[in-house]
Amino acid sequence: MKQYQVSAAEKKFIGSHILVAVLALAVGSLFGPLQAFEHAGWDVYVYLKPLIKSYYQGLTVHGVLNALVWTTFFIMGFLTFNVIFGLKRPLKNIVLNKVGFWLMVVGVVAAAIPVLLNEATVLFTFYPPLKANPFFYIGLTLVVVGSWVEGWGLLITYFDWRKENANERTPFVAFASLVTFVLWQICTLGVAVEILTMLLPWSLGLIKGVDPQLARTYFWFTGHPLVYFWLLPVYISWYAMLPKQAGNGKMFSDSLARLSFWIFLVLSTPLGFHHQYVDPGVPPAWKFIHAMLTFGVFFPSMMTAFTVIASLEHGARKNGGKGALGWIGKLNWSDPSVASQLLAGILFFFGGIGGLANASYNVNLVLHNTAFVPGHFHLTVATAVTLSFIGISYWMVPYLTGRKLWQPKWATIQAWTWFVGMIVFSNSMHVLGLLGAPRRVPLNLAPYVPAEWNSRLFQVGLGGAILFLSGAIYLLVMYMTATNKERVEAEVEVPIAEPMQDPALSPVWLDRWAPWIYGAFALIVLVYGPMLFDLIKNIALTSPGFRVW
Amino acid sequence: MSAQNMHIDSYERNWMIFSFVLLVLFAAAVSVAAFGMGIQVPAPEQRVDPNTVATDPNSPWSNPGLREVAPGKYDAYILARAIPNWEYLPKELTVPAGSSVSFYVTSPDVQHGFKIQDTNANFMVLPGQVSKLTVKFDKAGTYNFICTEFCGSGHGVMYGAITVTP
Repeated sequence: MKQYQVSAAEKKFIGSHILVAVLALAVGSLFGPLQAFEHAGWDVYVYLKPLIKSYYQGLTVHGVLNALVWTTFFIMGFLTFNVIFGLKRPLKNIVLNKVGFWLMVVGVVAAAIPVLLNEATVLFTFYPPLKANPFFYIGLTLVVVGSWVEGWGLLITYFDWRKENANERTPFVAFASLVTFVLWQICTLGVAVEILTMLLPWSLGLIKGVDPQLARTYFWFTGHPLVYFWLLPVYISWYAMLPKQAGNGKMFSDSLARLSFWIFLVLSTPLGFHHQYVDPGVPPAWKFIHAMLTFGVFFPSMMTAFTVIASLEHGARKNGGKGALGWIGKLNWSDPSVASQLLAGILFFFGGIGGLANASYNVNLVLHNTAFVPGHFHLTVATAVTLSFIGISYWMVPYLTGRKLWQPKWATIQAWTWFVGMIVFSNSMHVLGLLGAPRRVPLNLAPYVPAEWNSRLFQVGLGGAILFLSGAIYLLVMYMTATNKERVEAEVEVPIAEPMQDPALSPVWLDRWAPWIYGAFALIVLVYGPMLFDLIKNIALTSPGFRVW
Repeated sequence: MSAQNMHIDSYERNWMIFSFVLLVLFAAAVSVAAFGMGIQVPAPEQRVDPNTVATDPNSPWSNPGLREVAPGKYDAYILARAIPNWEYLPKELTVPAGSSVSFYVTSPDVQHGFKIQDTNANFMVLPGQVSKLTVKFDKAGTYNFICTEFCGSGHGVMYGAITVTP
C-alpha cells in the first residue's frame, strides 16, 4: 500500500521549519557549553568580549534560541506534517501557513538583533523591570502570533476534513497535533497580554512603569504549559511512531492515548503558580491548589509511560524478545532515530521525578532557583524533547529531502554522547542545587562558593564538553544529509504504529472538542480568575525600567 | 453505542490505580509538611512603592537592619539592590543561637532572590512587594544568603551573611 503523498511544496515548507530550528540549535548550543566550562573554571567569555559581553548575554542567547526558537520551529513543522499526513489532505490554504511561518522568522530576527547587541540581556524569562530593547518584545510577539497563524491554518484544514468525514475518528497523529496547538493557543494568551499591555508599551516609553508581580503571573500562565507544548509532540512520536520504528509494534491503547491528550489540554494551564511558590504577592492557598493540579497533570504522563512502553514491548516480543526486561535488547537500537528517542525516554524518567520534587509546594523552598532547576529541565526540554526531535529528524529529513541519512553510525554515536553528557552534566547540577548553588550564576566568580562544590562544578564542565561534541556531530550529520548526493531509493516510509483496537470502537466523546475546551477554560477561570482579577484590580505600575547588564 | 466502550487492559487499569495512589500519597506528604509541620511558603505581606521604599524616612528599609522585638525574637529589614553595586543592606547580621528571625526583604530596583543556605528560607524579592519568612537559628555558625534571581552584571557576587553566635 502506497503511503499518502505529501506535496513537494508542503515538504519544502515543513523542511524550512526544520532548517530554522536546526540553525537556532546550532548557535544556541554553542553557548550552552560555555556556561558549563565557566563553572569548571575555564571562562571562555573573556576571549569573546568584542562579540559577547558577558556570561549573561551568552546565557540569554542559549535560552532564547534553544528553549524558544529551536523548539517552536521544530514543533510547528512537525505538527504541520502530522496534520497533512494524518488527515491525508493538503493544507487548505498554504499561503496562510506561510504567512505564519514568515512572521515567526521575522520575529526571530527582530529579537535576535538586540540580543546579539547586548540590548536585551534579560534571559529567556525577561522578568521586568529588567528592560530590553522594544524589538526584543516585538520579535517575541511576532514569533507567538506567527505560530498562531500557522495553527489556524492547520485548524481550517481539519474543519474541512471534519465536514467531509463527520463520523470518522480523527487519525491519532492529526488529532494529537491539533490538541497540542489548541493548548498552545490558550496558554500563550498569558504572555501575549504581558507583552502587549505592559512590556511593549513600557519599552516604547508609552507607560512609565510595570507591575513585576503581575508580569510574573502572566508569564507563568504561559510558562508551564509551554513545557507541554514542547513535550506533547514528543509524546506523539513516542505513542504513534516510535513503536513502529523500534520493532513494528502497535499502539497499545489508542483511546487512552487520546484521553491523556485531553487531560493535558484541560490541566496544563491552570497550574502556573507552581513556578511562583516563593513569590511574595500570591497567597499560599492558590499556590497549594496549583500544586495539587500539578500532581494531577502528572497522571497523563504516567498513562503515557505505560502505553508507550507496552507498545514497544509488543513489538519487541513479536521479534523474539524475552524476559521481564530482556525484550529491551530486541528493540531496533541500531536505528539512530530509535536510539535517540529511547535514550531520551530513559532520561525523561528522571526528569519527571525531579519535576515532581520541584512541584511539591514546600519542597520547592530548598530547590527554587537553584542549579537543581536547570539540572531538571536539561533532562526534560534538553533531552526528552531535544534528543527526541533529533531522533525524529533522522527519519524526517531524509523523508522530506529524499536524501539518505549520512552515516547512521555517527548519528547513533551522537545519541549516545548526548545521553552520557547529559547524565554527567545534569546529575552534577542536581547535586549542586541540593547543596545550595544558585542557577544563572557564573559560579567560578561567585565569592560564596565552598570548596566542596568544586568536584561537581568540574563535572558540569565535563558534561558540557561531551554535549558540545554531541551537538557538533548532530550538525555535521544534518549538514551532510541535507547535501548528500546519495538519494533514498524510494520515499522514506513514515513510521505510523497502528492501534491494537480499531479507533472507530472508541467512545465518541474522545473525538469531541467542545467539552474539553469548555472544561479547560472553566478550570482556568476557577483557579486563575480570582487571583488575576485581584492582581489586575490592584495593579501598581510603579517599577521603572532598568538596564543593569 | 454499546460497541463503543472504552477498552482498558487490566494491567493498564492497575497501573493507573497505582499512579493515582502514588500521587495522592505525594500530595498527602506535602500537605502534612505544610499544615502539620508548618513548613510554609511566603504569603502576601505588604505592598510598597519601590521608588521611595529606600528613602522615605517612614519606611523601615530607609534604615535597614536588625530590630529585637522580644527576647530572642528579631525582625530583619533587608534591602536587596542592584544599583549601584549588587548588594544586600545590611550585608552582615549577627544573632545569638536560638534566635527566631523574621526577614522582611524588598527591592528598590529589579527582581532579586533571597536564599539562606542550609535553611528552608528561599524566596523571590520583587520591587513593590515585601517578602517575609521566619527562620529559627539553633546552630551557631555562618549562614550565607545569596541572590538567586538574575539581576544584572553583578548578580553572581550578590550575597551576605548571618553569623549565629553560640
